[in-house]
Amino acid sequence: MIVKTIKVEQLARVEGEGALKVVARDGVVQSAELNIFEPPRFFEAFLRDRMYSEAPDITARICGICPVAYQMSAIHAMENALGVVVDGPLRDLRRLLYCGEWIESHTLHVYMLHAPDFLGYAGAIEMARDHADIVRRGLDLKKAGNAIIALLGGREIHPINVRVGGFYRAPRRRELQPLAEELKRARDGALATVRWTAGFDFPDVARDYEFVALRGDGEYPFNQGRIVSSRGLDIAAAEYDEHFEESHVEHSTALHAHLKARGAYLTGPLARYALNAASLSPIAREAAHEAGLGTICANPFRSIIVRAVEVLYACDEALRIIDQYEEPDRSAVDLEPRAGIGFAATEAPRGMLYHRYQLHADGKIADARIVPPTSQNQPSIEEDLKIFATAWLDLPDDALRHRCEQTIRNHDPCISCATHFLRLDVDRGG
Amino acid sequence: MSTGADRAREAPRIIVLCIGNPDRGDDAVGRAVARALSASLADVEIIEEEGEATRVLARLEGADAAYIVDACVSGAEPGEIRRIDVSTGPLPRAAFGASTHGFGLAEALELARALGVLPSRCIVYAIEGGTFDIGVPMSPVVAAAVAVVADRLRMDILGK
Repeated sequence: MIVKTIKVEQLARVEGEGALKVVARDGVVQSAELNIFEPPRFFEAFLRDRMYSEAPDITARICGICPVAYQMSAIHAMENALGVVVDGPLRDLRRLLYCGEWIESHTLHVYMLHAPDFLGYAGAIEMARDHADIVRRGLDLKKAGNAIIALLGGREIHPINVRVGGFYRAPRRRELQPLAEELKRARDGALATVRWTAGFDFPDVARDYEFVALRGDGEYPFNQGRIVSSRGLDIAAAEYDEHFEESHVEHSTALHAHLKARGAYLTGPLARYALNAASLSPIAREAAHEAGLGTICANPFRSIIVRAVEVLYACDEALRIIDQYEEPDRSAVDLEPRAGIGFAATEAPRGMLYHRYQLHADGKIADARIVPPTSQNQPSIEEDLKIFATAWLDLPDDALRHRCEQTIRNHDPCISCATHFLRLDVDRGG
Repeated sequence: MSTGADRAREAPRIIVLCIGNPDRGDDAVGRAVARALSASLADVEIIEEEGEATRVLARLEGADAAYIVDACVSGAEPGEIRRIDVSTGPLPRAAFGASTHGFGLAEALELARALGVLPSRCIVYAIEGGTFDIGVPMSPVVAAAVAVVADRLRMDILGK
């Protein structure tokens, strides 16, 4: 038996800390495991006995990169439990806020974490020395996302203006106008980003994922929609627990989510695009077509293009919302506490984020369940590694290590949400 | 009489950038220093950030002098304070891996240097942390460093 071992102590350019172990025997990868060694998140326990109204601000603390996603899943689940539907301008403002988070998070990943892989740099710093103008374009684009969050959320990180039922304060129309000017420039930058990423050299691979994403009613999904899959799943968020399960695996303190019927699945940009491409705005759809994406993209390395298309869509959608915005009569709808269970899934930049809350009659939280996108994608990331790495076992150690890291980065895992991340350990036998 | 705008043009822009997560044990130390300083430094911008690199970078742009306060993990005793001049050389990256994100302060500073926007005077105050658990308070030795760092910053900035 040929036995060889490669260890990577730190897996760079992912959000959080953890480790990866790949085991190969006789030239075939036997297993790939993401080892997560930070303690599991305690947020579900923190939430018990807190008021329903506190959940958005508490869960926003789970992640500094995607706090809006946590706030949005929390408020929709609470409104579901309280029997309230928030519509009209308040709904539009929530979409606008989510546009800001997608622009911020995706741009960070595309420019700072992922692009260096394709351009042959160790990281964004090295890339910036040769491509300062491109890096500046990325930073400017990200600032447009920050500006949305700062205006609607009250500040750039961990927005404080979001509440169950709406917002503490809704913006005036005139306040949104300067944002529109910035977003028009950002939209140009986003289009340039799609074209830039489309020119990268990608490994020619494809995976047979079961894509899972929300599908909105004729709109690309942020906050609402049914949970659908590329293999026929079509359920409400309230049915999530009937179809999905989380299990503990020995090598990780994060739970792994599976479809009960079929196992691993993928959420995130590739899934959203595969299940909703027809709902993109014309400029985003045309850019995707020009970039050669087709209606489905099953090559995870090309996810960087899909993220760029989603940034373009988010800029365009934000401009549409601002253009059509009418100031609401009230910044939030009235709510009465009651006993019940509420469910919601929304689309975090990295993928679907599911929340379920059980409330006591006085509005206190009896039980909370949060399934972050990275927990859901982890089994598929491990399968990617198992499938792809076999073809790379003859590469020199550094090159193999880099390919494995890149394979994980393809899915922009936020291990600080799922728990934490770093380190790679490849045992090739021998 | 000079207006605020005149002063802004004339005076060098000095920022104190205090980094950390207030809900993760000793990672809160930078934020605590911001609060300790806030009433005592006129004409200095005191800014709090969680440490995401591009936000830190955006804060550095246009500053003439930047003083940065952050928790670090280097193997030293918790509460130990180090003053590092990064105007001329990089921060030891490994020590600042305490950030919950893979792209943090050390990367932000080097990106600023590569893009030519690193302030000409750039000083990092690094405070060794002991615990970074979610929801726990700062450890007493690290909390005790807050006033010391605030005093040293005042001396650094005001020259007295």
